[in-house]
Amino acid sequence: MFTARSVLRHSTRAAMAATIAIVAASCGGGGADSITLLAHSSFAISESTLQAFTEETGIEVEILDGGDAGAMLSQAVLTSDNPIADVIYGIDNTFLSRAVSEEITIPYESPLIDGVHDFTRLDLTNRFTPMDYGDVCLQYDRQAIEGDPSALFGDPSLGDRLVVEDPATSSPGLAFLLSTISAFPDTWQDYWRQLRESGVLVVSGWEEAYYGEFSGASDGDRPVVVSYGSSPAAEVVFAVEPIDEPGTGIVEESCFRQVEFAGILDGTGAEDEAKQLIDFMLSTTFQEDIPLNMFVFPALESAQLPQVFIDHAVVAREPRSIDPAEIAANRDRWIDEWTEIVLR
Amino acid sequence: MSKLARAALIGLPLGFLALFYVYPVASIIIEGLAPDGVPDFSPLREVATSGSIRGVLWFTLWQAIASTVLTILAAMPVAYTFARFHFPGKRLLSALLTVPFVMPTVVVAAAFLAIFGSSGYLGIDLSRSIWIILAAHVFYNVAIVVRTVGGLWAHLDPRLEEAARTLGATRWEAFRTVTLPLLSPALLAAASIVFLFTFTSFGVVLILGGLQYATLEVEIYRQTIVFNDLPLAAGLALAQLGAVSSILWAYGRSQRRRSVELSLLPSDSVARPPRTPRQRWAVGAVVAYVWVIALAPLALLVARSFDTGSAGPLAFYEALADTGGSTASVSALEAIGNSLWIAAVATAIATVVGLSAAAVVAYTKGTAARGFDLLLMLPLGTSAVTIGFGMLIALDWPVDLRASVLLIPLAHALVAIPFVVRVSVPVMRSVRPRLREAAATLGAPPGRVWREIDLPIVARALAVSAGFAFAISLGEFGATSFIARPDTPTLPVAIFRLLGRPGALNLGQAMAMSTILMVVTATVILTVDRLRVRDVGDF
Repeated sequence: MFTARSVLRHSTRAAMAATIAIVAASCGGGGADSITLLAHSSFAISESTLQAFTEETGIEVEILDGGDAGAMLSQAVLTSDNPIADVIYGIDNTFLSRAVSEEITIPYESPLIDGVHDFTRLDLTNRFTPMDYGDVCLQYDRQAIEGDPSALFGDPSLGDRLVVEDPATSSPGLAFLLSTISAFPDTWQDYWRQLRESGVLVVSGWEEAYYGEFSGASDGDRPVVVSYGSSPAAEVVFAVEPIDEPGTGIVEESCFRQVEFAGILDGTGAEDEAKQLIDFMLSTTFQEDIPLNMFVFPALESAQLPQVFIDHAVVAREPRSIDPAEIAANRDRWIDEWTEIVLR
Repeated sequence: MSKLARAALIGLPLGFLALFYVYPVASIIIEGLAPDGVPDFSPLREVATSGSIRGVLWFTLWQAIASTVLTILAAMPVAYTFARFHFPGKRLLSALLTVPFVMPTVVVAAAFLAIFGSSGYLGIDLSRSIWIILAAHVFYNVAIVVRTVGGLWAHLDPRLEEAARTLGATRWEAFRTVTLPLLSPALLAAASIVFLFTFTSFGVVLILGGLQYATLEVEIYRQTIVFNDLPLAAGLALAQLGAVSSILWAYGRSQRRRSVELSLLPSDSVARPPRTPRQRWAVGAVVAYVWVIALAPLALLVARSFDTGSAGPLAFYEALADTGGSTASVSALEAIGNSLWIAAVATAIATVVGLSAAAVVAYTKGTAARGFDLLLMLPLGTSAVTIGFGMLIALDWPVDLRASVLLIPLAHALVAIPFVVRVSVPVMRSVRPRLREAAATLGAPPGRVWREIDLPIVARALAVSAGFAFAISLGEFGATSFIARPDTPTLPVAIFRLLGRPGALNLGQAMAMSTILMVVTATVILTVDRLRVRDVGDF
């Protein structure tokens, strides 16, 4: 039977156990046979792939979930005196300049770097090594959109059919704002004013937009959403019952290219091991495992894509892009301006 | 109390808070205001003079007050009914009422919009308005008031109120002049917690409020993570601390004035089955009302977890059994296991630290004790970003806890300790000193007096607060979203991962995982309630 006394006794024991565990945790750890990878929340790879690395090198990889890319970068900057990990994965081109100028990573030129797509080589200092890329695009519900979908991008009357994410709180939201700035460098403010007038819906994150408002994936009534070029492929892979064709399409003209990078954190005690991990992450084994885990494309040009990606995932032939240095210099101002135009 | 025991009672909570709250928060604020060792107070000037920041502060304050008042109004009839009547399914209903408390906002938001949204069942569109924010705050927090106030109410001698009625008081007068003053310590305790929760509201405001509203919490997040403006974030964090401290100081005064010694009765002798048709009708109405305010949104989520189209109704649950072989995929069992052990450790820490602190607060007078009380509450009123990033820069010495899995239950305990303290202090103060004196006269040493007299009574408060501590951890409250987390996915983390990907199967699995979180929470609360019922038989 539970009595007050037994409850108290058990709680005391649990607390003591916790204290012992804290002490024990502080004594172990830290050997070079294990390294820590700080990654954003979307990071995923097959267990068997990491296992292959461990078998090859004898190094175990522990993964730390750093939240979204912005929060992860803040964590890395704040802990730069004494890093919490050895390698960081998932800094994208919208954060790249800041990450480079904060010097949180050390330069490393992997012998495999020549194998990546040219357009991913955005950091010439080699502090960051490209790992994957993907497009943020307008995605539409095939059942609700008739006519030529390419006309959707730039259509000022799209507002009442469109849901977007706030660029201040969402990485796809920021990418789409950058896409409009890249496509309409002088008139993007007017474009957003018109979208606001025609009733554009802004939500805080991709989950709320896609699973809350987008008619192609929820009970919502917005047939166009800012999402990923690989979404249709994911819809086929994660269908409840097997389907051949996704119910959604991608507006290629709207796509903004995102490239994600990894780097070796300055101050790591395991530089050699970290280099081995970077090399491994550029290998065919790791790169070909990326698409079906993270739903982005491998940076390695020679990596084979899974069939469902070839059939249903979109990579824009001429994606929108802005130089990372220009993004870093203007990011806050653009977000503020956008907020004034669309939300205030 | 011996000097040694006293020192331990004060030292434990003080040491815990100094290490896991004061040190991290001070570190991040100093990092913001004096990055190179030279203090620069211009961000403070900006906070004090900027009109838009004043607007944010004002909104944060009034929506928290409005939410607290509405939550109390919504909760009191429920607390009364639960305290005074026995009816079938009462214990289950009471446990289910706590479930909303742990649900991730992004999941609840979908259900809320299905009810209050543009094409919702209510037929009125409250989406992206202040009303839906207030409704969500009531939905989330009603259980705090029902359980804290109801817990005391269930043990109040109904004869007190009956005596007042016999003397000619109306029902309302008897409530207002007899029952309400007796309940007020518990009511104020619950109100202070609801206030702090809604004062630091983040997800509800961001997701349901539709971006035109911002609390200080949202603004600190934006300045820290989006604009990387640590100085301004530090200024805002100080403003938040200042506002919370002054409100808590005022609260501490009123709470002390109101503490009353009570003769409490076992709840079994207080509650009866509804007898008159009027009572039956009232109980029925309250039960229906609980279903509507708290359980309709949850029922919707459960329904969605079985809505698989033509696949079998359990398809989403079956998919959860599959671990998939990816570093990001989590089986339901693994998530349940992680959630439970983390919550158990967090509850143990919060209970031990919180009870020691409550004993100090309850039995000590003077300004120092009030300051200590205030310090204990502050973590609940401090931004999760401030605490999380503070831990990240501070906790690497003498042992590096920053990437340790133990930081997760420690961060949860920080939020749970104020609960334990607030729920326990009024109950500890209600113990009549005469009982203690009698025991001492009979030769019992002080430790034994506490064990024999106070503990059985405090045990009830302990069960209520342990239930909440568990729920806080199950719901992943506090700073854990902002620390770098080692790979120990709990149920909410697993839900976020599933919702982070396109595809109908992912959404369905997220709904199934949410349903599992509800069942786990309800089971834990039912178990804790059982502890409580047996203990009360002792006195």
